[in-house]
Amino acid sequence: MRAFTYQRVSTPAEAAQAAERTPGSRFIAGGTNLLDLMKLEIETPTHLIDVNHLGLDKIEATPQGGLRIGAHVLNVDLASDARIRRDYAVLSRALLAGASAQLRNKATTAGNLLQRTRCPYFYDTAQPCNKRVLGSGCSAIGGYNRNHAIVGHSEACIATHPSDMAVAMQLLDASVETVRGNGAMRTIPIADFYRLPGTTPHIENTLAAGELITAVTLPRPLGGRHFYRKVRDRASYAFALVSVAAVVQPDGSGRVALGGVAHKPWRVPGAEASMPNGANAVVERLLAGAKPTADNAFKVTLVQRTLESVLAEAKKG
Amino acid sequence: MDDSIETNIARRNVLKTGALAATATAVPLGAIAQTPNAGTAATPAVPASAPVTSKVKLRVNGKQHELTVDTRTSLLDVLRENLHLTGTKKGCDQGQCGACTVILDGRRINSCLSLAIMHDGSEVTTIEGLGQPGKLHPMQAAFVKHDGYQCGYCTPGQICSAVSVLDEIRKGVPSHVTADLNQKPLLSIDEIRERMSGNICRCGAYSNIVDAITEVAGGKA
Repeated sequence: MRAFTYQRVSTPAEAAQAAERTPGSRFIAGGTNLLDLMKLEIETPTHLIDVNHLGLDKIEATPQGGLRIGAHVLNVDLASDARIRRDYAVLSRALLAGASAQLRNKATTAGNLLQRTRCPYFYDTAQPCNKRVLGSGCSAIGGYNRNHAIVGHSEACIATHPSDMAVAMQLLDASVETVRGNGAMRTIPIADFYRLPGTTPHIENTLAAGELITAVTLPRPLGGRHFYRKVRDRASYAFALVSVAAVVQPDGSGRVALGGVAHKPWRVPGAEASMPNGANAVVERLLAGAKPTADNAFKVTLVQRTLESVLAEAKKG
Repeated sequence: MDDSIETNIARRNVLKTGALAATATAVPLGAIAQTPNAGTAATPAVPASAPVTSKVKLRVNGKQHELTVDTRTSLLDVLRENLHLTGTKKGCDQGQCGACTVILDGRRINSCLSLAIMHDGSEVTTIEGLGQPGKLHPMQAAFVKHDGYQCGYCTPGQICSAVSVLDEIRKGVPSHVTADLNQKPLLSIDEIRERMSGNICRCGAYSNIVDAITEVAGGKA
């Protein structure tokens, strides 16, 4: 690990100011992903800004009838919150399907959103990777890519986003609140938060340099039945091959988002109109234009069958 | 707050001169650059910056410690290398195996994925703090009784995790296998297995580990 200086800050604006004026700095909250990447020198910050003491650890009701989740609410506390369990069960389920209890005890809401891909070539500094070193090439294309993207990817990168939580946030139309060093705040709908790889796979979201996430807000509860079905190589503590987040209403309408298939949580609102017509109709539009590799073509079928299973369970009442 | 960063940066600059002189001879920069095909993908060969140190106060197993450590030091390394509490084990050092599990401010974490300096004022319980020979924690005694290990390397992490599992179920923290999120989780074998999934045992003592935890939980093993 490269040496770094360390700073504790006490307000969000102070954190953002410190980041703007200190080149090579990174925010650190739980650190469960960043420290791992720093050990491997995939991330090489020269200055860490500890944002754990900003008071952003509360979940509060909003005037709109939703919830405002502080950026540093721990994954365990978010999954355990009685309001989340009752009104946003898909979020609780997604969190509990991710990582291990030890990691959920440390990882934060904002950190979870910002975690980086687990593509093995991104992790292996001896291999070309456009996400790590832009222009070096993508080793996953033509390499080991059983667990890579099937939709929305580019010739530069076929990595997937690893988060389960973010898939539920996408389904729930969450918004990301931020602050800049000059005190300017903005709210980014999660649909506009993540980027597809295109020719710039190293840029994964629409945050500006030094911009700090302060909260994630959820709109009013959707009602309906909530599902987060994660299919993986082992029953626990593994990243998704595919995951299906869904909210299904009594009349069969609803929403669906996918994990494990793209560079970002994957949702196509136009596909959701087909939900009462069954999984095939939904997947046809949800995965329109999918370009799987020979090794991950199974994911298309797996998405279809997993959604079918979710919709069948929803029907059982 | 700003004072501490200025001080740190100033100290870093002072130390840098010496460190750069050292790396000039220690790191064969030219050799790295000449390695065939390495230039495109590898992180550019930049001389490492000088170490930065910081003070941290930790209460470990009820005993107060004040240390000055390199900012890069993990909580795991402080426990093992500075405090010589070698019960906590370094397995993967990547948060994948759970051998380094300790209880930090009442919650189990992977101590390998946590910087010591970020836990100023925290309370840490390690396997040594749970119990000692002759005065074992009930979970330690149950692991012995049920043979919940073979080589024993993962065992301190398993036991710290197991103690936390029962605490988490008692507090109503749900898990992936909790059937009804709006009810308190049950103390079942499925719950224990799911909640212990962050602790890998390469010897495969899992069924005995579950027996040990079940016994402490008050169930029939």
